[in-house]
Amino acid sequence: MTNKDQGLDTFPKLLRRNVQQRPDVPAYREKEYGIWQTYSWKDVYDNSRSLALGMAELGLKRGDAVAIIGSNRPQLYWVFAATQALGALPVPIYQDGVAEEIQYVLEHAGVKMVVVEDQEQVDKVLSVLDQCPTIEQVIYKDTRGMRHYNQPNVRSYEDVQEMGRAYDAKHPDFFDSEADKGVGSDIATLMYTSGTTGRPKGVMLSFDNMVQAGKLSVEFEKLNEKDKVLSYLPMAWVGDHLFSYSQATHAGFSVNCPESAETVHTDLREVGPTYYFAPPAVFETMLTQMMIRIEDASTIKQKMFHYFIGVAKKCGVQILEKKPVSLVDRLLYALGDLLVFGPLKNSLGFSQIRVAYTAGAPMGPEVFKFYRSLGINLKQLYGQTESCAYVCIQSDNDVRSDTVGPPAPGCEIKLDDATGEVLYKSPGTFVGYYKNDEATKETKTEEGWVHTGDAGIMTDDGQLKIIDRAKDVGKLKDSTLFAPQYIENKLKFFPSISEAVCHGADKDTVTAFINIDLEAVGNWAERRGLSYTSYMDLANRDEVYELVKGCIEEVNRDLAIDSELAGAQISRFLILPKALDADDGELTRTRKVRRRIIAERYGTLIEALYSDVDNIHIESQMTFEDGRKGALKADIKVRDSETYPAMRAAS
Amino acid sequence: MEDQGRQIGDVLLEVENISLSFGAVRAISDVSFDIKKGEIRAIIGPNGAGKTSMLNCINGFYHPQQGTITYKGNKRSAMKPHEAAEQGIARTFQNVALFKGMSTLDNIMTGRNLKMKSGLLSSMLWWGMAEKEELEHRRYVEDIIDFLEIEAIRKTPVGRLPYGLQKRVELGRALAAEPELLLLDEPMAGMNLEEKEDMCRFILDVNDEFGTTICLIEHDMGVVMDISDRVMVLDYGGKIGDGVPEEVRANQNVIDAYLGGGH
Repeated sequence: MTNKDQGLDTFPKLLRRNVQQRPDVPAYREKEYGIWQTYSWKDVYDNSRSLALGMAELGLKRGDAVAIIGSNRPQLYWVFAATQALGALPVPIYQDGVAEEIQYVLEHAGVKMVVVEDQEQVDKVLSVLDQCPTIEQVIYKDTRGMRHYNQPNVRSYEDVQEMGRAYDAKHPDFFDSEADKGVGSDIATLMYTSGTTGRPKGVMLSFDNMVQAGKLSVEFEKLNEKDKVLSYLPMAWVGDHLFSYSQATHAGFSVNCPESAETVHTDLREVGPTYYFAPPAVFETMLTQMMIRIEDASTIKQKMFHYFIGVAKKCGVQILEKKPVSLVDRLLYALGDLLVFGPLKNSLGFSQIRVAYTAGAPMGPEVFKFYRSLGINLKQLYGQTESCAYVCIQSDNDVRSDTVGPPAPGCEIKLDDATGEVLYKSPGTFVGYYKNDEATKETKTEEGWVHTGDAGIMTDDGQLKIIDRAKDVGKLKDSTLFAPQYIENKLKFFPSISEAVCHGADKDTVTAFINIDLEAVGNWAERRGLSYTSYMDLANRDEVYELVKGCIEEVNRDLAIDSELAGAQISRFLILPKALDADDGELTRTRKVRRRIIAERYGTLIEALYSDVDNIHIESQMTFEDGRKGALKADIKVRDSETYPAMRAAS
Repeated sequence: MEDQGRQIGDVLLEVENISLSFGAVRAISDVSFDIKKGEIRAIIGPNGAGKTSMLNCINGFYHPQQGTITYKGNKRSAMKPHEAAEQGIARTFQNVALFKGMSTLDNIMTGRNLKMKSGLLSSMLWWGMAEKEELEHRRYVEDIIDFLEIEAIRKTPVGRLPYGLQKRVELGRALAAEPELLLLDEPMAGMNLEEKEDMCRFILDVNDEFGTTICLIEHDMGVVMDISDRVMVLDYGGKIGDGVPEEVRANQNVIDAYLGGGH
């Protein structure tokens, strides 16, 4: 069902259409009491109607803000439709934030009512109530542990719905007439960016933004009411809002809420979604666990698994992309599907997947290809809150692991010539930051181009490749583009390398510090009968240097393909005698490299990389796990690595 | 699950001057105490003080040679554990006593055993009353699973669970019997700090939400002092202290028993 009808410019109107066209189609499912409870579109409409009227009775007016805090629950999704119908503004908030973080958003948005999941969230809100005088009502969904809360402004979801039904009986036309007052240009949702850089900013998204983004993406992926999605990522994240609310309301498909965070995997298997999203780490963990389980399987099963995975590697991706494949391979693949891939996908919960997305971080090409070779249509997506999640999207028949695809339908992209920063224009482009015109002006130009803060390059056939955060991207002396994180990520895809730090800004060439992965390299050393006494000893072995050199040269070959990055190949490297550690301030707690501190501490090593010495002595401070400090003294080898001339891409 | 809250009422169980010996070994000598409705009552004491023997007397495993136990106003004669269970006394054990090969769900379902009325034949055929009954019980058990936050292990055989979770399943099974008096034998033994904190929260929640009276044995003084309304201290089978946590903490006999006298 596409949305050609006139006047369906807001979600409450789309919801009303759903009730008329598909009242009994499942809209939301939630596993409760061990059984999947289903709510049809009619249930959704009735519930959000009574909730809205209850909130109206409690004093909610057009333009008021309503915060939503909790894990993915159907009842919390209904709050969106309920508040939007009254012309109020829903503000989803990350439920794992501590009280102070939540307080900032509640204060900044001037929230009038808060709808929360359970006692934990009620407590958080009550603890900051004094700082947020605008809050008039706290409504909770789960009654557990709430019996002793007798504050007059704290009440249960059901009580509010009860009030709403009473109000409805007296004013039967109120709800629909209020819903009709909404227009596309109204602000639909206020989404706060997670705030990795400074204070969170409230991104105002209009109905036009969300409805258009939903509509275009639904059409692009041909989503329909038979699709199923598992909603397990935070409701305050724009992606979930798009999948589980905007697209779901558009296409009329069902949104399935897991029982709890721990049961996501079981629930995934039970639901068997047709449409799925996960960050790369989730796919990687699944693969690792799968491999560990295969190691424990019987020999016959292991042999069968490895043989057919080999077949899949050879032709799986081509079959998925409907490219020509020989008959023998096709037959073998079909047999493999019967014996291995089918059961495997079933145990992962991927049997019915039509479209799966990954985004947010680069994904190892091996992992990416593995899933695709099994016949899972895994694609990359690029976007941000300010664009309603969509900027680039890969189409089914041209999926690559190193690009995020061509601009999504309706989107335009350009690269800033000076900095390489990606700018876009799209129907989903946000209206502005809430109460922050300065930031709006910095991010959105007058012509409507939005700065992403990411640096990227366009491949010759028009696919965007994200390489780094724009502020981290530098230039070599000969003004070749130098994107440290891009190269480091490529290095880190090798199991032997756990961390890498590249240098090169304003230098002639690129050089690198390498951290080896003790487990992977230790195993490797054991298999070759190489004995070592410590991390430092292992890291200084010539054999290990050879191993790392091989990895670096492979990365160099990869870089040589890209005309813009070919000049930034790694020419010299050294292996650090200790693992970079957050305790020493070298990494952030989320394991991101702190370049400035590393440059200060290991200045002599960087100098050595840009000289022609073979050996360098270093003394440095280090912190042991128990907090004691110690001095690190080591002689470190410095080695050259091969670089390759630039060549044209094979495609 | 009626609303009873944190109101401590009349005496639910009264133990008067009981003594228990095994041959020449005197496990309990002349101990009296009471448990009031709705309270959390702790029994503490060093190893071998007679704590578990006391619980065993209350739920009918052991029969004291002297003294009386009055439960809900009725003086009890020597009774069997299942009779105690029928009267609303449930317990957990110091060493987890679950069916290792059965799932969490099935283990907790066994706690509903006494509430099941349908006959053997209809249960076997899962027909008529039996079906309806099982669905009701399953619903109740699911409430407990939700309450104890063990949804993720619903179908896992308990033998495969870590110790802390097994303890939680055991608590679930005891709760399934809808007890009035819940006896917990060292619910936190062998747990790490986080598991202990979780368990404390569940004990407080059970007491608060279901209004269940709880009598618990525990070694960890910190835990006991934090969550109990009243504490009784046993040493060598005799009572050496009884009262609210602050009183017990200040009691010289208790300090001596725990730290050794004469220090």
